[in-house]
Amino acid sequence: MNPQDVWITFPELLVWFPLLAGLVCFLFKDNSKVKSWVLLASIITLCISFTSLYFSDDTKYLALNKVSYTLKYMNNGNFILGLDGMGRLLTLLTAFAFPIIFVATYNTRYKNAKNFYALMLLAQSGLMGVFTAMDAMSFYFFWELALIPVYFLSSQWGGEKRIQATFKFFVYTFVGSLLMLIGIIYVYLHTINISGTGHSFALYAFTGSRLDPTEQMWLFWLFFVAFAIKMPIFPFHTWQPDAYEQAPTATTMVMSGIMVKMGLFACLRWLLPIFPQAVIKFDNIVIGLSVFGMIYASLIAIKQDDIKRLAAYSSIAHIGLMCAGIFTKTEVGLQGVMLQMFCHGINIIGLWVVIELLERQTGVRKLSQLGGVAHKAPTLTILLVVIALANIALPLTNAFVGEFMLFNGLFAFNVWYAAVAGISIILAAVYTLNMIQKIFYGEGNSITTLIKEIALHEKIILCVVVVLIFMMGIYPQPMINLTQNTVDAILLKFN
Amino acid sequence: MNTIILTAVLGIVLMMIGAFSKSKTLPRFVAIGGVALLLVANMVELLSQESFFAFDVKNMLAFNSFNLTFIGVALLCTLIYFLLSGKDIEKVGTNVAEYFALIFFILCGVALSATFNTLLLLFIGIEIISIPLYILTGSDKRNLKSNEAALKYFLMGAFSTGIMLMGIAFIYGGNEQATFYISQLGFGVGKMSPLIAIGLVLLLISMSFKVSAVPFHFWTPDVYDGAPTVFTSFMATIVKAAGFFAFVRLFENGFGALQPQWQKLIVLITAATLVLGNLTAVFQQSVKRMLAYSSIAQAGFMLFAVFALNEKAKEGLILYTAAYSLATIGIFAILIKMKDYTIDGFNGLAKTQPVLAITGLIFLLSLTGVPLTAGFQSKFYMLMAAAQVGTYKWLIILAVLCAAISAYYYFKIIQAMFFKQASSSAEGDITEEITPVFKMMLIITALLIIVLGVMPGLLTDWLYY
Repeated sequence: MNPQDVWITFPELLVWFPLLAGLVCFLFKDNSKVKSWVLLASIITLCISFTSLYFSDDTKYLALNKVSYTLKYMNNGNFILGLDGMGRLLTLLTAFAFPIIFVATYNTRYKNAKNFYALMLLAQSGLMGVFTAMDAMSFYFFWELALIPVYFLSSQWGGEKRIQATFKFFVYTFVGSLLMLIGIIYVYLHTINISGTGHSFALYAFTGSRLDPTEQMWLFWLFFVAFAIKMPIFPFHTWQPDAYEQAPTATTMVMSGIMVKMGLFACLRWLLPIFPQAVIKFDNIVIGLSVFGMIYASLIAIKQDDIKRLAAYSSIAHIGLMCAGIFTKTEVGLQGVMLQMFCHGINIIGLWVVIELLERQTGVRKLSQLGGVAHKAPTLTILLVVIALANIALPLTNAFVGEFMLFNGLFAFNVWYAAVAGISIILAAVYTLNMIQKIFYGEGNSITTLIKEIALHEKIILCVVVVLIFMMGIYPQPMINLTQNTVDAILLKFN
Repeated sequence: MNTIILTAVLGIVLMMIGAFSKSKTLPRFVAIGGVALLLVANMVELLSQESFFAFDVKNMLAFNSFNLTFIGVALLCTLIYFLLSGKDIEKVGTNVAEYFALIFFILCGVALSATFNTLLLLFIGIEIISIPLYILTGSDKRNLKSNEAALKYFLMGAFSTGIMLMGIAFIYGGNEQATFYISQLGFGVGKMSPLIAIGLVLLLISMSFKVSAVPFHFWTPDVYDGAPTVFTSFMATIVKAAGFFAFVRLFENGFGALQPQWQKLIVLITAATLVLGNLTAVFQQSVKRMLAYSSIAQAGFMLFAVFALNEKAKEGLILYTAAYSLATIGIFAILIKMKDYTIDGFNGLAKTQPVLAITGLIFLLSLTGVPLTAGFQSKFYMLMAAAQVGTYKWLIILAVLCAAISAYYYFKIIQAMFFKQASSSAEGDITEEITPVFKMMLIITALLIIVLGVMPGLLTDWLYY
């Protein structure tokens, strides 16, 4: 396919369509129609994402998957978007997540709904931008632009302490991204553009930059702190439980399902290829922090009474494992991260959907106040149990494949790390099963007698999640094939 | 050249209008028309490189695209300032025409200090800026705070003027050519004589005073707080930027070769300005006072231009001038309309006045430095310029940490506007009806900020015209 035959490419569609759709939301007068519109828009985005999978062969369809804008008055010109295996995987996750979120929260009423949904779609556009950006400047732009709508969503529609919690989240990530900006500037000054006369922000120029080892050492930390805050890994995680607890659940799904993947994604896309020597030098520190964070977060999760905080800490533990997997620099470890990024996104969103349904019906989310829900809502119970088992990475579920590969990679790197990290699986079983037991079994009380079985569209959406969990648990190969080229490209830097 | 002469003429015309016309609105229209005319005249000079007035200035003034672009930006910001806050100038007191006349004289000083080529004209330019400002600061005659501010400003200003004169004298006596021309000072790399060193430090101190860099900033919060808010807006933006422009030109053309010697001093001043400005701004309850401290904090970023002195720094300075001035003028224009100047006064503004709140959001995001706004691009240029220098990496890291602190106090206003409930007062928190024209102007200013945020080249390319 020739470049001149193509008038729009997939990355452009994925970024600009949600943006436009989001802006259209502001024009709606009626708050009830806007729901159908955003649902439609997010489904269209999903279709675009699916179509892009069909055209994923870069040798034939390169023109469809890469685009470079040259803006005359932009500093240093180019604005490059592109899709590779990892980009396709994460844009697909983003495209998947939003329809699920919109359906699951269809019955939730928001004040000023059109603003709410507009900001949600703007966040989606920003996320798509992060995953398709192929030059450092546009990456930085989208990195920040994904944050701003989420900041407003959480501060406007969140819980009681929303303003402080969300602001903490904002300041943390803002500090990180500013440090990354300095890093970008320094790497930029060491690059050579394609004509050999100046510098360039493009990814290929960054990966080919001439940095001596000492420069790599301190630049590595400027980037890594930004990514570590976003993931978050210990000790940069303190914003996360508060932010998850206080944000409206739809936004929490975006944050925990997709936004935390930004940090992992950025490590794979920017950190490993640009600073290979620094990565080799600091891998033990990062993996040590990750493994420690896993145990630490799991222990705290056991003690939580609020379901949202429990899910938040369990998320920290899972992200820790993925971060450790990245820094093993083994093929199986990196493939595990890719797969697990997608699986964790799906699973955690499923978990949040259940929490949202429970909270909407009962008004509480304390484990100590719930009980006996299984008698009232058997379907919900079955679906939640499957999702929860995926959270503990039981065989046949998708997370098993990912975590198995991750542990395999960690084992190849250092047996002791794998052994310590393995404890977290047991701890995950403790807090997850404890949660199921307390919510669904035991005696019902005055709060839980009000619970009714969930509505049809909610059943469907949870079934979709469950089907995905099993499908990817049994046959993960297509996913692994999809990201193989990205993994190969990264590993090339370490051989 | 066009600007220098026409501003002086317009200033006199406005004084005459004040003397012979009783109309209260006429001066404003003349002023707006006048600035628009100045802007056109300046653009013509920039494009044709020829002035309407063919005087032989004996090379005491230099007109190049860098200087003229800066004057253009200053005039554009003044035009927007007049359009947004012109009506509020009328409300300060009875002598409306004189306020406008004084502002035109200040603009004359801005143009002189942007184009000076000798130390004498630098001095004259800075003084022409300062003296009308002393009057404007005290223009709210019956307000004790305004009087106090004017006196304080005058005393401190006179003091710094003395220091500057002494510095000029030392430089004059110390250089081998015995010249005032900054381009002929001819300092080579290497050791400097004690006379030059003393003169340089004295000039550095007096310029730091004018741009309110720490530790010479103590006058700023009181003066900015005491002066009528419309004039604070002008002082904190265009005047301050003019000071920076003179600072950069003096140290680039005059003392560029000696950079290794004085760079350390600038680094210390920059670091102190960033840290102190940002930390003190955090604790302010009054938005006006907070903006005074934030202007000190922003000065810290602008000092990077003096620190780096390279092409990127020049572009950055022009961009910073535009970004910072537009955003600050905008936020001040909103502040003037508020009854209560504390942060709580902004509570719930998004519900009662959505246009004000949304444009205010853009101004504040720009001041914080969030991408897609001019504020981000200007900070980016400054950081890039500093990174190209290659030394003092810790200063750059300190700067971004301070930028993160600044998010704290700018976002306090955003939180108040969008996420808090308005206070119970029934009549609302706005002093007067907001006119559609005012709203339009706010929107245009916000759009300008976004356009510059996406395409900074629209402005910086003029440097190479």
